[in-house]
Amino acid sequence: MTTWHDFLLREGKVPDWPYPVNYDTGQEIEGDVLVVGGGIAGCWAAISAARCGARVILVEKGDTIRSGAGGPGCDHYCDIPTNPLSKVDPDEWAREMTGPYTNGIGTQIQCREGYDTLLEYEQMGAKIRDDKDEYLGVEGRDEKTKFLVSPRQNKDHCRNTVLRVWGSTFKPALKKECKRLGVRIFDRVMVTGLLNEHGIPGNRVVGAVGFNNRTGEFLVFKAKATILCTAGNHSLYVLNTELSGYNSFRSRTMTGDGFAMAWRAGAELTLMETTGPLVLGLGFRHTWYGGAGDASYENVQLVDANGKKLPIPTQGWRDGSMPDAFLRLLPTIREGVLKGEYALPFYGDFPAMPPEEQRATWYMMLREESTSRIIVDTYSAAGFDPAKHQLMSYQLLEGDSPKQWRVPGRGGVLVDWNLRTSLEGLYAAGEQMFAARDHSFCAATGRYAGRKAAAYAKEAAEPVISAEQVAKEKKRIYAPVKRSSGIEWKELHAGIGRAMQYFCSEYLTDSLLRLGLQTLEEIEEEYVPKLYALDPHKLMRSLEDLSLLTHAKIIIHASLARKASSKLLDFYRIDYPEVDPQEWNKYIVIKNENEKVVTRMLPQYFWGDMKKNYEAHNQDYQGVYRGK
Amino acid sequence: MTERKAVALPNLVTPNTPVIFNPDKCVGCNHCVEVCQIDVFIPNPEKGNPPIILHPDECWYCGCCVNDCPHPGAVKFNWPLQQRGYWRDKETGEVFRLK
Ligand code: SF4
Ligand code: SF4
Repeated sequence: MTTWHDFLLREGKVPDWPYPVNYDTGQEIEGDVLVVGGGIAGCWAAISAARCGARVILVEKGDTIRSGAGGPGCDHYCDIPTNPLSKVDPDEWAREMTGPYTNGIGTQIQCREGYDTLLEYEQMGAKIRDDKDEYLGVEGRDEKTKFLVSPRQNKDHCRNTVLRVWGSTFKPALKKECKRLGVRIFDRVMVTGLLNEHGIPGNRVVGAVGFNNRTGEFLVFKAKATILCTAGNHSLYVLNTELSGYNSFRSRTMTGDGFAMAWRAGAELTLMETTGPLVLGLGFRHTWYGGAGDASYENVQLVDANGKKLPIPTQGWRDGSMPDAFLRLLPTIREGVLKGEYALPFYGDFPAMPPEEQRATWYMMLREESTSRIIVDTYSAAGFDPAKHQLMSYQLLEGDSPKQWRVPGRGGVLVDWNLRTSLEGLYAAGEQMFAARDHSFCAATGRYAGRKAAAYAKEAAEPVISAEQVAKEKKRIYAPVKRSSGIEWKELHAGIGRAMQYFCSEYLTDSLLRLGLQTLEEIEEEYVPKLYALDPHKLMRSLEDLSLLTHAKIIIHASLARKASSKLLDFYRIDYPEVDPQEWNKYIVIKNENEKVVTRMLPQYFWGDMKKNYEAHNQDYQGVYRGK
Repeated sequence: MTERKAVALPNLVTPNTPVIFNPDKCVGCNHCVEVCQIDVFIPNPEKGNPPIILHPDECWYCGCCVNDCPHPGAVKFNWPLQQRGYWRDKETGEVFRLK
């Protein structure tokens, strides 16, 4: 008896809510540094602030043990050119990785400090080397360091900037280290709003409020500095919540809470107009892509049903390419299929690989990549053997994702060289920043933001929170539990998703966007006051919907502000068809000021000389942690 | 087959069984309840028994519950039927599907 209906049929009643429900009680917690979000960036921020002597509070919507946008593992630690095997200069590599509409600040931090961060992972007990000699003979394995260099972006070993790692050991190690350092962790608490000094948006941030999504308890956090480490938003355009959970590449806890909080607090955001096609997951795509992107075929040659090689790069040592090449080639391959040149289905030809490479790819890389560990284990238990078997690929068979099912893109909070946002007291790291990147980016920037926020907190005045702002947010949080009919979170979510699909996706015009805004405003006025939640879990989902709604409005405002098309941003306005005109080759910065939308522009590479600025801001950088 | 009295139930959400617990091996430690970021499970009111699947429609198939269960065989992953993949033997050409 493990399902809900089994319980009901056997017991003749539904199970009681297993946690004590206390919507009205609350507590106030005070610290120097408050970290919102306990994923990779959040844990690192907490650890690094605590190591600087700050009293740290870490708040996480799930449980820090396995939480985070990317899921439970990490197979590749990317862009760490200070590693001893690297063949590139860290500052040059950072510049090379920084094209238009990227994040030069975060990338420079990643390239300079990513490797130190990895070594600190090892200090905490995580596994980063083949110290048990399990992968002798694997190409890229270095006997001296026992590192496994990856072929990613590494044709013929020309760069060595990416290491293969045992990332499933990372999250538990981070949580353990947080505890060891005395970080006060609040798991299962959803932060819903930031607090500004005197309760006025735009003022210094002095804490946040939230509630426990099991007990409903209300929590007020007061801190001298706050670091926003929430992740992006993966489900905004998704109509069907039963699909949104499964087969998705990113955690379904990503619901734009951070964008919404930053917006309401008056912080500046940028690149908010960017969205892209949702090529992964959602029941349209097979699990391998949902769970692992292209990873199931990284290093593995794809062949057709007759064993003929497909002209698709494998990201292996001989091509060192990135997966977008696959998408570019797909139309040509499709033509070939229709002409009878290639036969469906396609297969990943594991047996064609040398045995040690089969093992390293199937048993190590894929088991350490986040959600594919369970796939590998389940298939292995069912008899799949990479020495004998070819794994089916569902390319073409499963069709394309519809263009209107999208995912918000590179938008995020604007930061400076201290990773401070436009608001005093508020810092951001990891995926919450604009144009964020991967695991090592989140780890390195979290660690950096932690020490910068701790330094600020040492000098900062005592935070004063506004009882009025707290009361207002409390009222907003608990409104849905006061009702038991109206509209439920799933339907509201679908309504928001539909508005975005119709009015802010493939076809963009001023009038469509305005219709979108009008629909969202109508949802806010008509339906949000009818939102109901029957327990603390559904209350969390309801509040997430409100984050989706705010995030959706920000995307539309930013889209209205960009009156040009852009290939670089995958953003096409029918009414402004000119692509990437010089005068629009800029970041649009957007914020909410007294309930008015205010925008300004920043030029490309607004962060200035990356090497000089990094060095100017980090003269006291200590390198790898040597403390206790 | 023992007959069960019919009760009025709404349709179940689908898929609704992301994992299958083995009550002989599961000790009801609730570790899987804690590692699940989504709260797909709640602890069983009867201590020592496997958790109850409450929010299966929110599962994102991250696998943490099964990966991190300290008792081998206590919980097994259960892919939705439409997600069960195929492979073939390179030598014989025989095609297999995840059962
Ligand atoms: S399945 Fe495993 S982790 Fe979950 S309650 Fe049973 S023994 Fe514990
Ligand atoms: S697979 Fe992940 S989301 Fe689903 S029940 Fe297990 S831990 Fe929860």
